[in-house]
Amino acid sequence: MISEHLPVLQVVVPLLAGPVCLLLRRPSANWALAASVSWITLAIAVALLVEVRRAGPIIYQLGGWAAPWGIEYRIDHVNAFVLLIVSGVSAVVLLFARASVQREINNRRINIFYTGWLLCLTGLLGMTATGDAFNVFVFLEISSLATYLLISLHPDRRALSAAFHYLVLGTIGATFILIGIALLYMMTGTLNIVDLAAHLPPVAQTRTVAVAFSFLVIGIGIKAAAFPLHMWLPNAYAYAPSAVTALLAGTATKVAVYLLLRFLFSLFGPGLSFEQYLLDKILLPLAAVGIISMSVAAIYQTTAKKLLAYSSVAQIGYMLLGISLASVTGLTATVLHLFNHALIKSALFMAMGCVVYRIGTTQLASMAGLARCMPWTMAAFVAGGLSLIGVPLTVGFISKWYLILAALERGWMWLAALVVITSLLAVAYVWRVVEVAYFRHRESCAEVAEAPLSLLVPTWLMIAANYYFGVDASLTTGVAGRAAELLFGAAP
Amino acid sequence: MTGLAIAGLNKLFSAVMLFGIYSLLSAALFVALDAVDVAFTEAAVGAGISTILMLGALALTTSRQRQISWHRHGSAIAAVSVTGAVLLYGTADMPMFGDPLVPALTYVVPRYLEQSGSEIGIPNIVTSVLASYRGYDTLGEVTVIFTAAVAVAGRLGRYRAGEDGPVPGAGMAHHLILRVVTKLLLPMILLFALYVQFHGDYGPGGGFQAGVIFAAGFILYGLVFGLESVRKVVPPSVIRILCASGLLLYAGVGVVSLLLGGSFLDYDVLAEDPVSGQHLGIFLVELGVGITVAAAMISLFYAYAAYKGDTA
Amino acid sequence: MEALGHFNYWMVVLLMMIGLYVVIASGNLIKKIVGLNLFQTSVFILYISMGKRAGGTAPILVEGVVNYSNPLPHVLILTAIVVGVATTAVGLALAVRIYSAYGSIEEADIAEQDQSNSD
Repeated sequence: MISEHLPVLQVVVPLLAGPVCLLLRRPSANWALAASVSWITLAIAVALLVEVRRAGPIIYQLGGWAAPWGIEYRIDHVNAFVLLIVSGVSAVVLLFARASVQREINNRRINIFYTGWLLCLTGLLGMTATGDAFNVFVFLEISSLATYLLISLHPDRRALSAAFHYLVLGTIGATFILIGIALLYMMTGTLNIVDLAAHLPPVAQTRTVAVAFSFLVIGIGIKAAAFPLHMWLPNAYAYAPSAVTALLAGTATKVAVYLLLRFLFSLFGPGLSFEQYLLDKILLPLAAVGIISMSVAAIYQTTAKKLLAYSSVAQIGYMLLGISLASVTGLTATVLHLFNHALIKSALFMAMGCVVYRIGTTQLASMAGLARCMPWTMAAFVAGGLSLIGVPLTVGFISKWYLILAALERGWMWLAALVVITSLLAVAYVWRVVEVAYFRHRESCAEVAEAPLSLLVPTWLMIAANYYFGVDASLTTGVAGRAAELLFGAAP
Repeated sequence: MTGLAIAGLNKLFSAVMLFGIYSLLSAALFVALDAVDVAFTEAAVGAGISTILMLGALALTTSRQRQISWHRHGSAIAAVSVTGAVLLYGTADMPMFGDPLVPALTYVVPRYLEQSGSEIGIPNIVTSVLASYRGYDTLGEVTVIFTAAVAVAGRLGRYRAGEDGPVPGAGMAHHLILRVVTKLLLPMILLFALYVQFHGDYGPGGGFQAGVIFAAGFILYGLVFGLESVRKVVPPSVIRILCASGLLLYAGVGVVSLLLGGSFLDYDVLAEDPVSGQHLGIFLVELGVGITVAAAMISLFYAYAAYKGDTA
Repeated sequence: MEALGHFNYWMVVLLMMIGLYVVIASGNLIKKIVGLNLFQTSVFILYISMGKRAGGTAPILVEGVVNYSNPLPHVLILTAIVVGVATTAVGLALAVRIYSAYGSIEEADIAEQDQSNSD
């Protein structure tokens, strides 16, 4: 009986846990609730993915009303995979959060923190699972408001202005999405994504639909921090509490990219998106410029967290590049990189969280010679950095491999070359941290010890995932390939 | 027109007051466009809650702002013009205003108009759609307001009693007339809130509007008699429990319907026959909405009113 | 009627532009929030306008009336109004905290202070 309700339980379990968490007064109880709920959602996500692979898309009618009158959840290969990413990252990072949050957040706000975390998780999962365009907006706002809270809980006052800045831009983005949905509804009379796709062809030539398209793409682009709409991201990542950065880096922008895929492919369809609106022609140069400029910007940062944040914007560029190739292989690369980059960045930001735990900052100047004091932490950084660069046997390699394949498929040698060259830029910025930590002199390690096991174990768990899925990529490439076919409409 | 004035004003206080007026005007416009429920909410929220929040924020910060540099003007005008031009371009193919044959009125909606009377059995179609057909959206909406209450309390509030010392603004308790009027008004406001809560099935209103009015009653009391006395009547810890329990009640209805063999938030299974099940379900979720909204609004008031300087 | 057919939508665009302009141009954090509210309210009017049916009445079932305006946008906008006020509340709370941390709610001052003691 439970199994048929899994799609809604995926979202409602953390939603119910949110208010309960607020009422618990003991920090350890808050953490225990959040962590156990998060692992339950991971179990549900795994079960959903297994079921989808076995029997195809699952449709769940909320309130018992059939779409388009009611709201439905529609889980297929694409969002089952994204649900797995979100709940998986949250589950592992929560293990890490316990000690890290205790150090960074005022003890009296621990219940607020974990309530915010659960609500953020609710919003992200709800946005992913739903098949209704307006419902996307509602859950987007749940996750956004919770995110502003989580970022601003860091005691550094710059976290406040970063959160405010993100709030303003995020709200503009969400309102753009709302306008897009309004125009689509005006032209078709429906809000269900599948139903919208069915009713769009007769009005597809109208200017109103074209405008709806542009508002949706820009609105989602802001949430996804797609270059040049990424202004909010570097500060938000740099000043958020460590655990929050690890969570956001692995989930928030990933869900936004997923939404972009959903709207571009499932709603408008590749024909409209690419042949009529020529999005691929616009996206390709933007993605390329974004990757290069943001990688270069990363090299010049003086804090490791900010360096990784700029690298994140560059990495989102790779996902957009995959979209702009407008082929099944390109999309496979995008979906793969959603998963792979989530593993990479959450691992790297957790390693940075270990550093913050011991020395209170990730300023490169303060990290000189740190590898001698914190060998395991810095080794984790190196291992994750290799994956970020895309060295064989890591997940980063798998993504880039597919991206290059897709470029060659189109006969664009220069693009394949671009992917390789920008990987060298990644070598450069990863090296900056490695150079400081391993080859600079440090007086003594008297005050700085290795991070506690409660931080190291989750970090290394995520690193292990980087290599496990790098060596045996059959599961991820299988799901991603199938997802890409579904999106492209090539599947039966 | 009011909007233009807001953009031009440098005094933040006047800008906020104008915003309140603008909200009331748009509420009037919504009535003209047949959206009575929306008008009700906009008047209560835009002209009421938002304006109060803005004034509260101004009181806690400063009400002067600096001149905008010309450079910013330029880039802002450029960005805005592009957006506006794109939208104007889009209006060209829009259906005419008021046209009854547009897709938005001929597809999906007829079912609500024609069937909701027999499927749900309450006259206010907005309530039917809100609480049942799209009840899940409304659950999300309650979660949003809950999140906001948590966020504001997390950033401004200090919940534990006794920590605060004397609370600023002992109110206007020395004004005899104000006190008497408030005491007379309060029961009426609360009664009206209850009426709006339970009359939402038949006329404009429902849990959200009722929650706001209910909270407004308490806020009035707090303004006149001082924060301390209203906190004695409803302590912040009670508010927090109420805020969470409203959301839990709403989601709980969903879980119960799930346990009874329906899908999540399917009210049909809650009673012997579907229509009375729908009645019960809508009654309960609206109650959940009302409780959370009222508690959230009161907690916002507490957070802003009790805030004094750094509590990091 | 023909000429006025899009008048509401034009007004919406105008209001939206003003709101967005206030958000982008003003350096004052609270003014930005006021601008966001203007911007959002214009979208509310967009939704409600498209729900209007000529000669229709409010969507509350009454014996003998068949011509109702569209209730669905009303429902969506009820939700959107709540989302709007929630965002406003959180944004203003952040602004208040920023004021006590920086002593200013002007973007320029805040950026300057961040510059002077940046890592």
